[in-house]
Amino acid sequence: MLKIENLHASINGKEILKGVNLEINPGEVHAIMGPNGAGKSTLSSIIAGKEIYEVTAGKITFDGINLLELAPEERACAGVFMGFQYPIEIPGVSMVNFMRTAVNEHRKYRGQEPLLAADFLKLMRDKKALVEIDSKLTNRSVNEGFSGGEKKKNEIFQMAMLEPKLAVLDETDSGLDIDALRIVANGVNKLKTKDNATIVITHYQRLLDYIVPDFVHVLYQGKIVKTAGKELALELEDKGYDWIKKQFD
Amino acid sequence: MSNKEKDQEQILRDVTQTDYKYGFVTDIENDMIPKGLSEETVRLISAKKNEPEWMLEFRLKAYQQFLKMEMPKWAHLNIPEIDLQEVIYYSAPKEKKEVKSLDEVDPELLATFEKLGISLDEQKRLSGIAVDAVIDSVSVKTTFKETLGEMGIIFCSFSEAIKDHPDLIKKYLGAVVPPSDNYFAALNSAVFSDGSFCYIPKGVRCPMELSTYFRINAANTGQFERTLIVADDESYVSYLEGCTAPQRDENQLHAAIVEIIVEKEAEVKYSTVQNWYPGDKNGVGGIYNFVTKRGICRGESSKISWTQVETGSAVTWKYPSCILKGDNSVGEFYSVAVTNNHQQADTGSKMIHIGKNSKSTIISKGISAGFSQNSYRGLVKVLKGAKESRNYSQCDSLLLGDKCGAHTFPYLEVDNRSAIVEHEATTSKISEDQIFYCNQRGIKTEDAIGLIVNGYAKEVLNKLPMEFAVEAQKLLQVSLEGSVG
Ligand SMILES: Nc1ncnc2c1ncn2[C@@H]1O[C@H](COP(=O)(O)OP(=O)(O)OP(=O)(O)O)[C@@H](O)[C@H]1O
Ligand SMILES: [Mg+2]
Repeated sequence: MLKIENLHASINGKEILKGVNLEINPGEVHAIMGPNGAGKSTLSSIIAGKEIYEVTAGKITFDGINLLELAPEERACAGVFMGFQYPIEIPGVSMVNFMRTAVNEHRKYRGQEPLLAADFLKLMRDKKALVEIDSKLTNRSVNEGFSGGEKKKNEIFQMAMLEPKLAVLDETDSGLDIDALRIVANGVNKLKTKDNATIVITHYQRLLDYIVPDFVHVLYQGKIVKTAGKELALELEDKGYDWIKKQFD
Repeated sequence: MSNKEKDQEQILRDVTQTDYKYGFVTDIENDMIPKGLSEETVRLISAKKNEPEWMLEFRLKAYQQFLKMEMPKWAHLNIPEIDLQEVIYYSAPKEKKEVKSLDEVDPELLATFEKLGISLDEQKRLSGIAVDAVIDSVSVKTTFKETLGEMGIIFCSFSEAIKDHPDLIKKYLGAVVPPSDNYFAALNSAVFSDGSFCYIPKGVRCPMELSTYFRINAANTGQFERTLIVADDESYVSYLEGCTAPQRDENQLHAAIVEIIVEKEAEVKYSTVQNWYPGDKNGVGGIYNFVTKRGICRGESSKISWTQVETGSAVTWKYPSCILKGDNSVGEFYSVAVTNNHQQADTGSKMIHIGKNSKSTIISKGISAGFSQNSYRGLVKVLKGAKESRNYSQCDSLLLGDKCGAHTFPYLEVDNRSAIVEHEATTSKISEDQIFYCNQRGIKTEDAIGLIVNGYAKEVLNKLPMEFAVEAQKLLQVSLEGSVG
């Protein structure tokens, strides 16, 4: 589904990604871990199409198409979702309006008619129940004044609404209390099918207790330096990153 | 070329070519007087209109007043010298006789208004809005006149009102905005060519929206119209004003006056969607819009509510105001002013509290993009006798990009200790992060800006009559196309 080959990228002339290779197939869950500043958010932003990063070499294909040639909104409509590490507040824009515009843009991309207001509201209700998000939150402006945890839950709610093929969740677990962590993880698991895939970026094993990854990758200094099964996360939790860093410094 | 570059090119093209959709010119024969301003011009206009002596006198007095005045310089506007001798002060579509029915109106003219989305055909008009259409200097057609007449409502062009209702005009003309009020008011009073007049009798709720539609068509002409609305005791009317102009390289002058008189327990809602041609991307051309709008709440518990959505004009200078003379009277001002490219706007409101327990609200939302300058200027004045009166003002500015400017100039003059006056102001920006967040959810940049801007302006748009609100929303988005990203 997603194939990243020899990806190099820089920002303001500073190289952050230095040859990332990653392949993801439908039905898989991948975890990406790695020390602060390794380039994890950079990688997810580039997948989503944030323009401040310059891709200097390599390619990303998604379902056989060159992802780097698509505008961010086209990638979204093609099925790429990114859960933001720091979700953005948009004062004045109601969640309902925001989601309705987003859902209808996705439908338009697929050649479908916009949803009728009643159908849309029903969809909202169903998805709210699925990810156990407080109804009051969706009556407010997008993320405005939401607590850190509420913002993260709202990301999962949006993911549920848009049903992406590939979801890249950037530290969706940070800032969540124990109950919220379980709720968010359950939401992700409920949305999982054999046709979609998830990349979870996290620092902590505890999320991976709930969302069990098929692969765990370590990103360090702009490269994926280690890939293994779910046991790698446990090992990292136990030993930290020093033993990996040592091999590369 | 990569897709991305192609897209950028496309966006750029869309942006630079987003046409002002009302920029066409109608080819109609005009009856014009030579350009230039003198006492002779004033007499000529009056003669063209077959006006009574008292009207000519009003004009001549105003002209004498005008000669003693100078163009105001205090606004935060950079306007090149306007040569008033280069302006044509009267231009009217030629017509053979007085128009009695639609069949007699020049088909070209009808087509023009159809193109603008305004139907003058009463049969077609299902939505129930009565229209007075003013093109260049004169009113061409007022719809629904008979229906309204049955209720005692007068809705006609100003010229007709001078002929048919001289007593009302003599009584109210200049009662709220005297010719001596300011430079542009004096000019308008001397040379105004037409406009709308509306009178709602005692106890009548006007059953439909009344609207005036202004259109400048001919080149080099100035438009100087007046609107006078009188709401007698316990009456109600909702009034709409719309305006557009052709796209031209030279600047054109628009200097209007709106006067509203509201008696005891009556209410007037006045909504404007101002979309005069704003000039091109480089600031060439566009309308200079200098307008004096003022209403007086004369009676007890009367109310005036101004709502404006301003997206057009190269220069806007206007401060719709309320004189709250009656006890318990209410004044409201809700405004969205958008400036893009090289547009400049200096707009706001004045609330003058005279009556006891009078209340006013000012909600002003400025949106600036491109190289534009957007200023809010407002005065809240509470006189000695205005016990327990209240004002709440909120002035928000939204910036798109970093080459534009937003300014607020609030003035307070409070002469009564029991009054409560509150002022709040905020400035915010649309950030690239917000746009990207929307993009990531599948929403295009232009639509994202539309969502954010409409969200920001919601409080004001909600005050507009339904039909107008939809139009205004679209207008906001179009006006800002290409301003971010
Ligand atoms: N705008 C920028 N200008 C310069 N350097 C930047 C910019 N944005 C990111 N970086 C640098 O890129 C590197 C990678 O950042 P990134 O956010 O991808 O790390 P991360 O792996 O997500 O870290 P964390 O675990 O803390 O979230 C960091 O060194 C960061 O300082
Ligand atoms: Mg990060």
